[in-house]
Amino acid sequence: MSTVLVVTEQKYDAQKNAAISRISLEALAAGQALAASLGADCAAAVLGDSSAANELTSKALSRVYLLEHPLLKQYTPDAYNKALEQLIRATSPAWVLFPHTYQVRDFAPALAARFGQSLISDVIAIRPGPTFVRQLFQGKLNAEYHRAGSDSAPGFISVQAGSFRVEDLQPGTAAIEAFQVELADGDIRTKPSEPFRESAQTVDLAAAPIIVSVGRGIREQENMPLVESLAQALGAELAASRPICDAGWFPIERQVGSSGHTVAPRLYLAVGISGAIQHLVGMKGSKTIIAINKDENAPIFEVADYGVVGDLFEIVPELTKAINSAKS
Amino acid sequence: MKILVAIKQVPERDAQLSIASDARWIEEDGLNYVINEPDAYALEEALQLREQHGGEVIALCAGPDRVTSTLREALAKGADRAIHLASDTLGTLDTLALALVLADAIRSESPDLILTGLQSDDLGLGQTGVVLAELLGLPHSTLVLHVEKTATGIRVKRELEDGWFQHIDLPLPAVLTIQSGGNKLRYATLMGIKKAKTKETRTVEAATPATPATVELTRVFLPEKQKQTQMLTGSPAEIAAQLVEKLRSEVRVL
Repeated sequence: MSTVLVVTEQKYDAQKNAAISRISLEALAAGQALAASLGADCAAAVLGDSSAANELTSKALSRVYLLEHPLLKQYTPDAYNKALEQLIRATSPAWVLFPHTYQVRDFAPALAARFGQSLISDVIAIRPGPTFVRQLFQGKLNAEYHRAGSDSAPGFISVQAGSFRVEDLQPGTAAIEAFQVELADGDIRTKPSEPFRESAQTVDLAAAPIIVSVGRGIREQENMPLVESLAQALGAELAASRPICDAGWFPIERQVGSSGHTVAPRLYLAVGISGAIQHLVGMKGSKTIIAINKDENAPIFEVADYGVVGDLFEIVPELTKAINSAKS
Repeated sequence: MKILVAIKQVPERDAQLSIASDARWIEEDGLNYVINEPDAYALEEALQLREQHGGEVIALCAGPDRVTSTLREALAKGADRAIHLASDTLGTLDTLALALVLADAIRSESPDLILTGLQSDDLGLGQTGVVLAELLGLPHSTLVLHVEKTATGIRVKRELEDGWFQHIDLPLPAVLTIQSGGNKLRYATLMGIKKAKTKETRTVEAATPATPATVELTRVFLPEKQKQTQMLTGSPAEIAAQLVEKLRSEVRVL
């Protein structure tokens, strides 16, 4: 029987206890669904930590492969690619599926290339075929992808956060199988240091009930007082999409999205934000989303409850004025 | 240090996109094309490294004739020379086939460092740099914000998720994909634009990839809405009044 192999990742808590990350559980749900549609088995791979593998024995998986080696304790692309290459050659899965994380982006494209394949990255839906849906142009358009040519090597897929549901992960029983990997110090060309944070956080965006968030549409730093006044009128915290923080107009601690914070306030008011997937994953759980953008096709309107297509430089001052007079 | 920067030209961010009649890509006529923004950060990092340590910055861009405008801009910002990898059909290649074409062109230059943006604004696959490293047999790192030269190679600052960072040491030669925001982008000066005219742009015909595509983009379509969005219309004052009403009665934050 052919197999869909899902490569998982762990998250560590403050006590350094490992758990399978949420996006990996989503990837497992996607893998199970793909396997079911193909009449295939779904297996999982866990690298580095056996306690995380135990967590998967209660899921409907044909096997949980555990790859333990001192050189897999700390992630490097060389060690991960060599170890996974050995596992894939030994078990010949039909598909290899990853969560689309920063770590996966660092190694999986090269792993696919080792098998003469291109990774279909950042998949948001899997349809019969199998057909893989991913976004183009920061979410303005979607595209369907298929495998082409021979299927003598596995197909490689990574799935976006929030696109598949952990609740769909089927329970069952799975056996852990230790897989011996051959790794030597000389295989590892890069030397990672311990992760660090840049500075102490001074705002807690995750706790803010109202967030006014600003994007590229604001154009110039000197226009920022427009949204600052709006935030003040609403008693809101200010946040931004990545380009604003890249430009240095806001500190990175106010960034919402996959490279910043994930927030779910009562109200998220997006001003001049087009809504690239990297931003949407950080805010689409908000209770109410209002979006003001000049482009009616901006993907932010796909997740907004209320949308305004128009010039923020006209609408925001009027809105601030109206809120202030409504309060007085 | 000899630094090669692989650049992509993409439609400008504000472009009104329409789907081509065969639904395999977008309608390209009438679009304005610019440098892919993460690649602009890669170029900036390369220029700063050269300013600190000397050497040469080579800009490489693959595509039809229109991409020479993006190469000219790179030269005007300070790249020393440019290579145009000429082809009208690169758009149909998958990641691996395109990386094979790029790797062929890069090999003869034997750069110490190859930089590219972490992903493109159009396809957004985010893989070219990593696959290039694999094909060239070089170590790599991704999502890099800053590069520092060390006695044995380089030390990079890499972005992790949730506001974490990490330093990674690599030997040279190496491939890095650059995350946006690590530097402030420079503008081309008048002097730079003048100087660019005297700099070399070499045109090389792109090799036809030996391997068939393993992945195919078969259909482009408009995204389905995930939510029922209520669109508010009217004059700015009318819209503001409607929003206040929603904030009061529906969202209940006023």
